[in-house]
Amino acid sequence: MEIFFFLLFAIVALACALNVVLQKHPISSALSLVGVMVSLAVLYLMLGAEFIAMAQVVVYAGAVMVLFIFVIMLLNAGAETRKGGSITAQVLGIPALLAFFAALVFLITTYYPGLSPVKFGDFTGGGAREIGMKLFSSYLLPFEVTSVLILIAIVGAIVLARKELD
Amino acid sequence: MDLNALVHGVPVSWYLVLSAMLFAIGAAGFVLRRNIITVFMCIELMLNAVNLTFIAFSHELKSVHGHIFTFFVMVVAAAEAAVGLAIILTVFKNRSTLNIDEVSTLKN
Amino acid sequence: MQNLWIIPALPLLGFLVNGIFGRKMPKLMVSLTAVLSVVLSFAYVLFVLSSAKSLDQPAVEHYFTWIQSGAFNVGFDYQVDKLTAIMLLVVTGIGSLIHIYSTGYMAHEEGYWRFFAYLNLFMFFMLNLVLAANYLLVFVGWEGVGLCSYLLIGFYFTKKSATDAGNKAFIVNRIGDFGVALAMFLIFITFKSLDFHKVFALAPGKPVATLTAIALLLLVGAAGKSAQLPLYVWLPDAMEGPTPVSALIHAATMVTAGVYLCARSSVIFVHSPAAMDTVAMVGLATAVFAAVIGLAQNDIKKVFAYSTVSQLGYMFLGVGVGAFSAGVWHLVTHAFFKALLFLGAGSVIHACHGEQDMRQMGGLRKYAPVTFATLGCASLAIAGFPFTSGFYSKDAILVAAHAHAPWMFWVAVFTAGMTAFYVWRAYFMTFFGKYRGHGHPHESPVSMTGPLVILAALSLAGGFLFNVPEILGKMFQVEAEGAEAATLTYISVAFGLAGIGLAYFLYVVNSALPDKIASSLGGLYTLVYNKFFVDELYDVTVVQPTVNGSRTLLWRGIEHYVIDGVVRGVGANALNIGGVLKHLQSGNIRSYATWVVIGGAVLLILMGVGGFAFAGGVR
Repeated sequence: MEIFFFLLFAIVALACALNVVLQKHPISSALSLVGVMVSLAVLYLMLGAEFIAMAQVVVYAGAVMVLFIFVIMLLNAGAETRKGGSITAQVLGIPALLAFFAALVFLITTYYPGLSPVKFGDFTGGGAREIGMKLFSSYLLPFEVTSVLILIAIVGAIVLARKELD
Repeated sequence: MDLNALVHGVPVSWYLVLSAMLFAIGAAGFVLRRNIITVFMCIELMLNAVNLTFIAFSHELKSVHGHIFTFFVMVVAAAEAAVGLAIILTVFKNRSTLNIDEVSTLKN
Repeated sequence: MQNLWIIPALPLLGFLVNGIFGRKMPKLMVSLTAVLSVVLSFAYVLFVLSSAKSLDQPAVEHYFTWIQSGAFNVGFDYQVDKLTAIMLLVVTGIGSLIHIYSTGYMAHEEGYWRFFAYLNLFMFFMLNLVLAANYLLVFVGWEGVGLCSYLLIGFYFTKKSATDAGNKAFIVNRIGDFGVALAMFLIFITFKSLDFHKVFALAPGKPVATLTAIALLLLVGAAGKSAQLPLYVWLPDAMEGPTPVSALIHAATMVTAGVYLCARSSVIFVHSPAAMDTVAMVGLATAVFAAVIGLAQNDIKKVFAYSTVSQLGYMFLGVGVGAFSAGVWHLVTHAFFKALLFLGAGSVIHACHGEQDMRQMGGLRKYAPVTFATLGCASLAIAGFPFTSGFYSKDAILVAAHAHAPWMFWVAVFTAGMTAFYVWRAYFMTFFGKYRGHGHPHESPVSMTGPLVILAALSLAGGFLFNVPEILGKMFQVEAEGAEAATLTYISVAFGLAGIGLAYFLYVVNSALPDKIASSLGGLYTLVYNKFFVDELYDVTVVQPTVNGSRTLLWRGIEHYVIDGVVRGVGANALNIGGVLKHLQSGNIRSYATWVVIGGAVLLILMGVGGFAFAGGVR
């Protein structure tokens, strides 16, 4: 049962991720990205991360992606233009990526070959209650600092996107 | 791989490999794509891949700390998206282009 | 926990407020901040001491680990024991009085806020010095008071002599600080710790040679800070600073830090007879030397400056002959009467519109009666007049010196006679006879005379109010006891009274005689008047060679060719390498991203090759 759902959503996620990169038009990329995020949310749920799965859907697939699509629409962005460019990226990019990926997979399979199997319901510590308890006890200060960060982001966004910079 | 074992659930390593694949795809998009908005979306993709690693290890360790990390990554990503998109708006207003190859003021 | 940190924190707060906002604040606010911060600190000291259960054992308070590097561990620790308690009372008590006095004395000066900011900063460092529970923290206070001393001596920074004096004090003190730093290194090597309680617990088992080296290095530091031979030269020049500074820093508190350091390290000193003898000899030599110079000075502050050097010599004599508590006792009483002498001198200078030369004063008893009376009390105390504060403490030192070596007693007692003579000479020249200066002298405001009266009371009664040897009890391991104390007391009192009498005879009864004596002595008088030409000697032997050597060898040779050559070479090479590397900086984000990916790949491969250090960290 788990293996079925894992494979299903892993494949959906990978396909959507590839689509993000391969699509010429940003709006298609953005919609594919929503697909990646929703399937990741399902995987989170299988790993027992209920709260994070909800947040993934609401914050990422919802709020952040709406922002992306809004900007794409606002700028009326079309297919990308090919002008200028980097020799380094074209020559070294793909080999470097492959090396990176191979090294990563090698490390995982060598050093974490036999981690415990994931069975739905094994771990139930990821509910809103548990996260809330941690967030407002041991992680209180980082949490409060986060609010300052968001405030700064809001102010920064407003200042940057203002019509006139006078 | 023992197929009988798979009946009991998916090994956590599989999640890690999936995460590595997503990360690599995101990195590839960052390196190869020219549209600044797509590049930005690829960054989000990489962040998501990392989040998956956090959640997978959290399950392995039966600890909620990884979730907290993911939560903070999400918050930072949201803030970053807001500021980043505002920067994109400003760049577009000043240069009328979304091609990052044409935005190389850093050099001079 | 008694929250000892509040004691120095209050003046620090005052410094911050005055230092940052002082320029904009009205004068009243500045004085209120400065005075209140110190007075509250004094009040808190009283509170701490009254609520303390027992001060026999130092109560160490650990606030945080300050430096942690391998075996080297220094905490930010304060402690209070009886010695610290006495120092705290003296520093904050006298400090409060002098702050109040300063509000009157400095009322018309430029940079009023700056003065009080420095003064508060000084209080902070001084309190840090006496509260510290390890040598490094003492050193922080030690350097800090040196800095404040420099800033305050050079307070009138438009005057070249003032800034020169500040520099001189700072540079001469560096020599002493070098000694303290070396002592700390040696202490750490020997004891593996700088904490007082650890060092003093281990000291008895260490080789005498090491302890002697440590003690002598500490003595170098103490001699620098407390103006002992041969490093005393900065203190007389330090009188360029405003008079309250001379009273607080260069008479009552900072210059006694050296005595405090020796008393604090008594365990080390006691185990090294050679170092003790050196301390006693240095102290005695300084006492005599400075007293002789003091005989022929005409500047009222210079007279008191040399008397400070001389009295500090007494304290070192006391410490050196093993009478630590007598030395500390003299420190306390000296703080009372010397602060009073300087504040009184300030009042006199104030009365005479800034005149410091005693030949331009005279007859001031009619114009400034309060100053006249209070300064009289201080002069009695310093002369060792029976039952004044100076009488008790000086007597304790003299008795201890006699027990150690009788000849030391005779030299010291003769010096006591000279002290009485030159202080009363200054007193008679200032207050008796006819007024020889210009303008109309006037009495000082209440903010100045108030502290004078309090200090006068302390100068008279401070000796039996604060019987330091009784308070300190058995804190120090060695305590010299004098047997024939009564006879010795009569002798020292006789010398003191003789000094006063001679001064009265020469400067009141027959005031033409001193000039005749001076001219008949000829060369000897010139030698003494010019302070034995020590400054000139140092100039020829140390300062000029250093300056010339720096100019020719260090500047033209090493600086020009070696250092500049290296710097230019580095610059040229960086330019060449940069010329190659700049092609990496294409300004293209994608190429940067590619380099990041390459870097990540290399890192991962290295991790794989080197064996994943974090493998197994999972389980």
